[in-house]
Amino acid sequence: MMGGIYGISKDRLEKLFSALAAERELYLPVMSGGKVNFSVWEEGEDVRLDVTKTAKSPKDAFFPQFETLYTCRTEEGKLKIDPEELCRREFVVFGMRACDAAGLRVLDRVFLSEPVDTFYAARRELGTIVSIACGEPEESCFCRAFGIDAASPDADVAAWFSGERLLLKPQTEKGTRLISSLSEYLTEADGAEAAIEEEQAKIRAITEKLPYSLLSLEGWGSGETKRKFDSPLWEKLYRPCLACGTCTFVCPTCQCYDIKDYKTKNGVQRYRCWDSCMYSDFTLMAGGNNRTTQLQRFRQRFMHKLVYFPENNEGTFSCVGCGRCVDSCPSSLNIVKVIKAFSKDGGDE
Amino acid sequence: MCGFGNGNDALIPRVGVITDIRTETPDVKTFRVVSPEGGKLFEHMPGQCAMVCVPGVGEGMFSITSSPTQREYQEFSIKRCGVLTDMLHSLSPGDEITVRGPYGNHFPVEDALKGKNLLFVAGGIGLAPLRSVINYVLDNRADYGSVDIVYGARSADDLVRLDEIREVWAKAPGVGVHLTIDREQEGWDGHVGFVPAFLGELGFDADRTALVCGPPVMIKFVLSTLGEMGFGKEQVYTTLELRMKCGIGKCGRCNIGSKYVCRDGPVFRFDEIDELPDEY
Ligand SMILES: Cc1cc2nc3c(=O)[nH]c(=O)nc-3n(C[C@H](O)[C@H](O)[C@H](O)COP(=O)(O)OP(=O)(O)OC[C@H]3O[C@@H](n4cnc5c(N)ncnc54)[C@H](O)[C@@H]3O)c2cc1C
Ligand code: SF4
Ligand code: SF4
Ligand code: FES
Repeated sequence: MMGGIYGISKDRLEKLFSALAAERELYLPVMSGGKVNFSVWEEGEDVRLDVTKTAKSPKDAFFPQFETLYTCRTEEGKLKIDPEELCRREFVVFGMRACDAAGLRVLDRVFLSEPVDTFYAARRELGTIVSIACGEPEESCFCRAFGIDAASPDADVAAWFSGERLLLKPQTEKGTRLISSLSEYLTEADGAEAAIEEEQAKIRAITEKLPYSLLSLEGWGSGETKRKFDSPLWEKLYRPCLACGTCTFVCPTCQCYDIKDYKTKNGVQRYRCWDSCMYSDFTLMAGGNNRTTQLQRFRQRFMHKLVYFPENNEGTFSCVGCGRCVDSCPSSLNIVKVIKAFSKDGGDE
Repeated sequence: MCGFGNGNDALIPRVGVITDIRTETPDVKTFRVVSPEGGKLFEHMPGQCAMVCVPGVGEGMFSITSSPTQREYQEFSIKRCGVLTDMLHSLSPGDEITVRGPYGNHFPVEDALKGKNLLFVAGGIGLAPLRSVINYVLDNRADYGSVDIVYGARSADDLVRLDEIREVWAKAPGVGVHLTIDREQEGWDGHVGFVPAFLGELGFDADRTALVCGPPVMIKFVLSTLGEMGFGKEQVYTTLELRMKCGIGKCGRCNIGSKYVCRDGPVFRFDEIDELPDEY
């Protein structure tokens, strides 16, 4: 059964979502407050699978912006620690994109390496991903520069819009199970390979021509620390940065977190939340701070994505070219500008 | 369902009971900690650290200052300097805290240091991580060569574990103890002067391996003194101290270059530190 292709007409998708949501939590890109973002779907919401890129990446589904790790309480004068239960519900993230799925692989390298982050691992195990190929890539997309194919997304189930149909192809066991559970809503579409190939060719023709697609990563990666770190270019590049952290919050691969306390009447909750290396207190200590300037913090974000992370991960970059930082930085700064600035003069001056 | 037991996550601490608190100096106390059932919370190696937390107040990384050869408990020497450490200093024996760890690498007591003549150089609270190694070495005396300990602090009152230094270390065979304080003080008949200068006066053969911990300025000058004596950077170890949250190389906070100090450190050789971007 794995490898087969299934179809559903666009106007029946709402029914499919109801069926999916009846059994498990369903995350979909939904319009709310003028922005499209993934959230747990409820009947009647404005689902926008036509929008290529959500404002924030869907990483929350696996690495939530806030999550409790454990609660400390006192019982008969003794301190007790109640670990937060791990995720136990199955869920589906429907409508991720190739870049988002590649972003999760980056987070996997962080959170699934020893010692495994069990909170993340449980969600990874219970979450099924349906990714849609990008029929209309945006100007700011440059996944291709990272070798990501927007036309064949990595996912449990890959999907393509083709005319009035959505074509679904399970690519893992989990995906196969999901598709089997939906047989009532899907029709077998065995002859659809050609339709998919046609859509893929169309997508690839577009991504090849996107403005940033030819961005070269030559000169980045392992072993480039000394040359890049000391470059005078950072001095020019960082200046407009407001240290707002937006780029890190929208990013599918940014992993940094903080651990904090929250006092409740049942005890002290220790929770973790996303943090940003762009913030001045990120590395602040009683005796000082090892990154006192925004130049240093700005440099850290890009050096980590383009040099340090690859050095630790067989060359894999911690950027997937989703272009969200390109779209959302209030000062029009982004990783593309950094890469381009260095490729012009190699960064040595 | 997902194959992971709950509560075995590296971020979840255990309860630790403080069984003893000793005031070492006006701003340093040493806390002895055991598990509620008695016995050590975990096994560790010299140089490793743990996250100590007072729920609702804060959590911080501290060197485990006791040696692994101490079978009954773990100790932390903690300097008062902020919200969490103020609170820790107000606790009493019997009080409970939470501890998670051990984290990080350790001094290479089982390989690179074996059979070597050792030179320990410490300033102030910097003795904390080295004390673990020193007691480990003394408890496995036959495995190591000569031991010299150069230790200094602002005043005689600021020397941590002075009783142990005088009663145990100074009396151990093949161990030279060299103490100094920054300024003259009544009742002190030992050396007066800064650690780097004192080290220069003492003058050691460069056939040793040096372990250096203390404030960054001291480390800088000690390193240059050692250089003048002929020590290569690959003969000198130290520990780095950066802001930490997770302790397991994931939260990103202690990242310098491709290293995470909490996971790949805190112990580094100076030639390794030279490879890092200058951001520590
Ligand atoms: C690897 C390592 C080993 C350490 N070993 C010892 C030791 O053996 N004895 C000892 O007294 N201290 C040690 N420290 C320093 C100790 O962690 C800080 O002094 C302590 O966290 C200060 O907390 P506070 O809440 O009292 O200070 P505050 O200034 O009120 O703390 C504010 C925040 O900054 C963080 N912070 C402040 N200072 C430091 C610092 N120097 N390093 C890291 N984070 C900091 C705190 O965790 C807290 O989140 C070590 C630090 C590291 C990284
Ligand atoms: S680069 Fe842009 S989005 Fe990121 S912190 Fe600076 S101003 Fe904010
Ligand atoms: S750095 Fe920018 S382009 Fe790269 S993955 Fe993050 S948000 Fe997307
Ligand atoms: S403390 Fe989190 S990465 Fe080191």
